[in-house]
Amino acid sequence: MNNFQYARATDVADAIRLLAADLGAKLIAGGTNLIDLMKENVERPSRLIDISRLPLRNVEETADGSLRIGALVPNSDLAYHPLIEQRYPLLASAILAGASAQLRNMASVGGNLMQRTRCPYFYDTATPCNKRNPGSGCSAMDGLNRNHAILGTSAACIATNPSDMSVALAALGALVHIAGPSGERTIALTDFHRLPGNTPHVDTNLGTGEIITAIELPPHGFAQNYSYLKIRDRMSYAFALVSVAAALELEGNAISGARVAVGGVAHKPWRSLEAETALRGQAATPDHFSHAADLLLQGATSRSHNGFKVELARRAIVRTLAQAANATPQSQAHKKIA
Amino acid sequence: MSDLTHQIPERIPIHLVVNGVNHTLDLVPWTTLLDALRDHLALSGTKKGCDHGQCGACTVLVNGRRVNSCLTLAVMKDGAEITTVEGLAKDGALHPVQQAFIDHDAFQCGYCTPGQICSAAGLLAEGRARDADEIRELMSGNLCRCGAYPNIVAAIQQAMGQP
Repeated sequence: MNNFQYARATDVADAIRLLAADLGAKLIAGGTNLIDLMKENVERPSRLIDISRLPLRNVEETADGSLRIGALVPNSDLAYHPLIEQRYPLLASAILAGASAQLRNMASVGGNLMQRTRCPYFYDTATPCNKRNPGSGCSAMDGLNRNHAILGTSAACIATNPSDMSVALAALGALVHIAGPSGERTIALTDFHRLPGNTPHVDTNLGTGEIITAIELPPHGFAQNYSYLKIRDRMSYAFALVSVAAALELEGNAISGARVAVGGVAHKPWRSLEAETALRGQAATPDHFSHAADLLLQGATSRSHNGFKVELARRAIVRTLAQAANATPQSQAHKKIA
Repeated sequence: MSDLTHQIPERIPIHLVVNGVNHTLDLVPWTTLLDALRDHLALSGTKKGCDHGQCGACTVLVNGRRVNSCLTLAVMKDGAEITTVEGLAKDGALHPVQQAFIDHDAFQCGYCTPGQICSAAGLLAEGRARDADEIRELMSGNLCRCGAYPNIVAAIQQAMGQP
């Protein structure tokens, strides 16, 4: 780890001031990803601005029935929050599918959105990586790319976003509240993360000197018909090969609303409005789920080792939609897939 | 402000309550809680396994919650109460998880054991695990390369008061 200065922010405005004063500074909250990247010399901040004591730990209902979640709420506290368990069980399930109990106790909601890819070449400073060192090349392209993206890739980068929480947030239509030097703004979670394009070193649309202050969940939580299915190489404490967050609104057996987000396949949670529109008005049957999966996976491309992900994702989407329709959501503890 | 970035980082005075004992330390900011415990307070019960949050050997309780001490900076925990494996026994009596690990022979080489025990103590305090499947899932952040998992699960069930 390189040497760095340490400062403790006294409030959000102070954090923004401290960020503006040192272009090499980074915010730290839970630190579970940043400290690891610093040990690997991938991140080399000149200064850490400790925001962990700022008063951004509330989960509160707003006047319109939305839920506003402070950026510093630990992942575990959010997953076990009564309002999340009751109204947004899809989010609770996705959070509990990620990391370990110890890490969830430390990691913040805002930090979860800011975590970097786990591409092994991004971590290995001895190899070229356009995300870590822009213009140096992509070692994954013709290297060990079994866990890499099949959608929205570019010639510069095929990394995936590792977050489970973000997949559920994308399906639920969450908003991200941001504060910065020029005031406050709100953007959709689905616009928060970027596709790699020619600038894979830029993961998100968070601007220079900005800080996430809260996540907002719209009133509708799809608490009846939902499932989060995560497929991985070991049964727990591993990143997804493919994960699916599915949420349905049913009238009898007819679908009146559908949300599907896929994780582990792209640089951001993958949604397709075309697929969701195609499900609307249809019967909740495997053939319609299969059609939606085809639409979600339109344009999928693979490299030498990750071709299996296309079919894996297709089957996972169909299976997760069936779990949601049957109101038999995947348990994260009991591993049998219904 | 630019000269700020070129200052030599100074040691920062911090206060920790470790296993009920007050400590004041002057630490450089990149000292992890794990290194503070082991190298500055001579509490070597907490183990450094992977040092990357992947094995759980460094698990301690911070203000009663289990965390990976290797991914925590000591300066960020200024004022916190830390419990390590050395602090679990009370008045000469082992913590129920410690006793259960002995009763069930829940270890082989023992290197992961302090982390397993602190993690299990945290799991009991959280109260979220109700059966063996849930214990396995909520203990998945603690690896045991000897493979003592069946006995670890049995020990935790005993500590939970399950048959």
